[in-house]
Amino acid sequence: MSEEIIKAEGLTKVFNKHLTAVDHVNFSVKHGEIFGFLGPNGAGKTTTINMLITILKPTEGEASVLGFDIAKQHDDVRNVIGVVPQEYTADEDLTGLENILLCADLYGIPRHVAKERAADLLKLVELTDFKDKKVQTYSGGMRRRLELACGLINRPKVLFLDEPTLGLDVQTRIATWEYIRKMKKEYSMTLFMTTHYLEEADSLCDRIAIIDHGKIVVVGTPEELKHSLGGDIIALSIKEDPDVTELIRSVEHVKEVKKEDSSYRIKAEYGEVTAPFIIEALRRKGYTVTKLMLTEPTLNEVYLEYTGKSMRDVEESVETFRAQRMTMRRARA
Amino acid sequence: MSKLNEYHPGRFHGIWALTKRELKKWLKEPIILLMAILQPVLWMGLFGKAMNIGNMFSSSNINIPSVIPIPGQALIPPQNGSISVSGTALSQMFGNLGPTIMQNIFGVKDYFSYMSVGMISFIVMFTTMFSGMSIVWDRRLGFLNKVLSTPVSRGAIIFSKVLNASLRSMFQATIILALAVIFGLQVSPTFSPIHILAVYAAIFLLCLGLSSVFLALALRSTKWETQMAIVNLINLPLMFASNTFFPISQMPSWIQAIAQVNPISYLTDAIRRLTVMEFNASSVVFDFTFLGIFAAVFSLIGIALSWRYLTK
Repeated sequence: MSEEIIKAEGLTKVFNKHLTAVDHVNFSVKHGEIFGFLGPNGAGKTTTINMLITILKPTEGEASVLGFDIAKQHDDVRNVIGVVPQEYTADEDLTGLENILLCADLYGIPRHVAKERAADLLKLVELTDFKDKKVQTYSGGMRRRLELACGLINRPKVLFLDEPTLGLDVQTRIATWEYIRKMKKEYSMTLFMTTHYLEEADSLCDRIAIIDHGKIVVVGTPEELKHSLGGDIIALSIKEDPDVTELIRSVEHVKEVKKEDSSYRIKAEYGEVTAPFIIEALRRKGYTVTKLMLTEPTLNEVYLEYTGKSMRDVEESVETFRAQRMTMRRARA
Repeated sequence: MSKLNEYHPGRFHGIWALTKRELKKWLKEPIILLMAILQPVLWMGLFGKAMNIGNMFSSSNINIPSVIPIPGQALIPPQNGSISVSGTALSQMFGNLGPTIMQNIFGVKDYFSYMSVGMISFIVMFTTMFSGMSIVWDRRLGFLNKVLSTPVSRGAIIFSKVLNASLRSMFQATIILALAVIFGLQVSPTFSPIHILAVYAAIFLLCLGLSSVFLALALRSTKWETQMAIVNLINLPLMFASNTFFPISQMPSWIQAIAQVNPISYLTDAIRRLTVMEFNASSVVFDFTFLGIFAAVFSLIGIALSWRYLTK
């Protein structure tokens, strides 16, 4: 079943009859990929995820997870998915192990199976040594790992991650990505995640949907999205004096060449492949390249291109804001 | 290749898992239990002992002068001169009236026995309120959403809160009753240990109704401050417009009207009749009927409201 694990058609959520959080969204997630929803706060990411995990009912449109309709077959959906929410949901008064076993109970997993799985998962997220400590004493990264372990207790086919590294510092964030990759490999899952961190989407996701104001603006792999901007920037200098603009322009994939004082600014598709060809072409004519710099467009530029603005902070509902602030505070505790 | 989750939570599995979580949290914080117990104990010790109503009517409080001259013209038919009555004898006479008055008004001989049983209603009320409020926290911390995304039924989420409130109330009620006995509660001669089971049943019924109400209230609010304000607002009238501290028969009629529909009154009455007062089967059955109807109606309303809210 390499086809579509998640499929959404015209998925819409309207709150209080006039606030459209998600607006006729269509997308599909293929088996085994990490699909990311990238967008600013308040773009409708969490609302989409909440509909897919059957917490919210769609106002319009439909979606299915592993072929189960999210509105009509919600019990089947709930059984095959794992959820790692944005917040730290683990009970602070209980120990790590107790929390995982509680999650297991919610899926009706018998105790002896639950204990085995819990031991495996604790090892996977490297919390075995802390399993009998109260969650209160955990750091933000450890809590996030515990949430990951809880989300995997029912061996889900699809794992939903809502802002998996919200509030974590850069090092912990990168470590968390590693755990997520490891988990995905271990359990051969399909992952659906939301994030508002560009680096996270870039590094972790196989495909990204950029969402803004409840609508998907563009979908593609991070590479595709970057290339869709028209290529990389190559800055180059040569030892000799003459103007070689025309020569460079004749190289395949070069789209634009501009001479700036002693250097050339070249816009080219597939910069890393094109650059050697440019050097070769110049050398054949007897020129020597003294300096070369290749800049790839980042997702930030992609984001700018498609939404017309940089990642911004949109004012959200007080509740979401408070919940996020609390998550961040606990992450840093 | 991972397998699909081959298990599915049974109805009771989910309820028990969630109840266990609450109970574990509760037992891990003995200080909360201590505080919850301490409050009714203070009421019992200070209010129950200080308001020594039975003693007000005792012979030592009725100080009639040893000789009371009664003017002759006050007596019919008028006599020459005047007669005297022995004050000591009168004091004794009135002193013996005390227990009778207590028995007639309160149904027990001492106020302490009367009000300490009322403390069970007190603790039931507070426990159900806090249990209701805890769902506000579950929501804010995201735990509720997490549970909602699992196959556990919505009913189990609500019922686990109710069950938790009931079990805690019963446990605390046991402690309160035991302490009351130590402090001088006088058990009625008609009491038998089997009555304890009926006491638990009555507590359970009230918990069912009350915690459903508080849950439904709490589910709508996202701030525990709002919840706190509501709770503070309703606990005073619930407490005092009931027979917890004073018999309904002595209240002005408008308070009586409230007290007569106040479920707290019925729990208190049922427990009193089962423990400190003379057992009266028909009254107890009436109390249970009221509590039963209250529990059925309000748990249905509460669960219906919560259900609607949880499947938004």
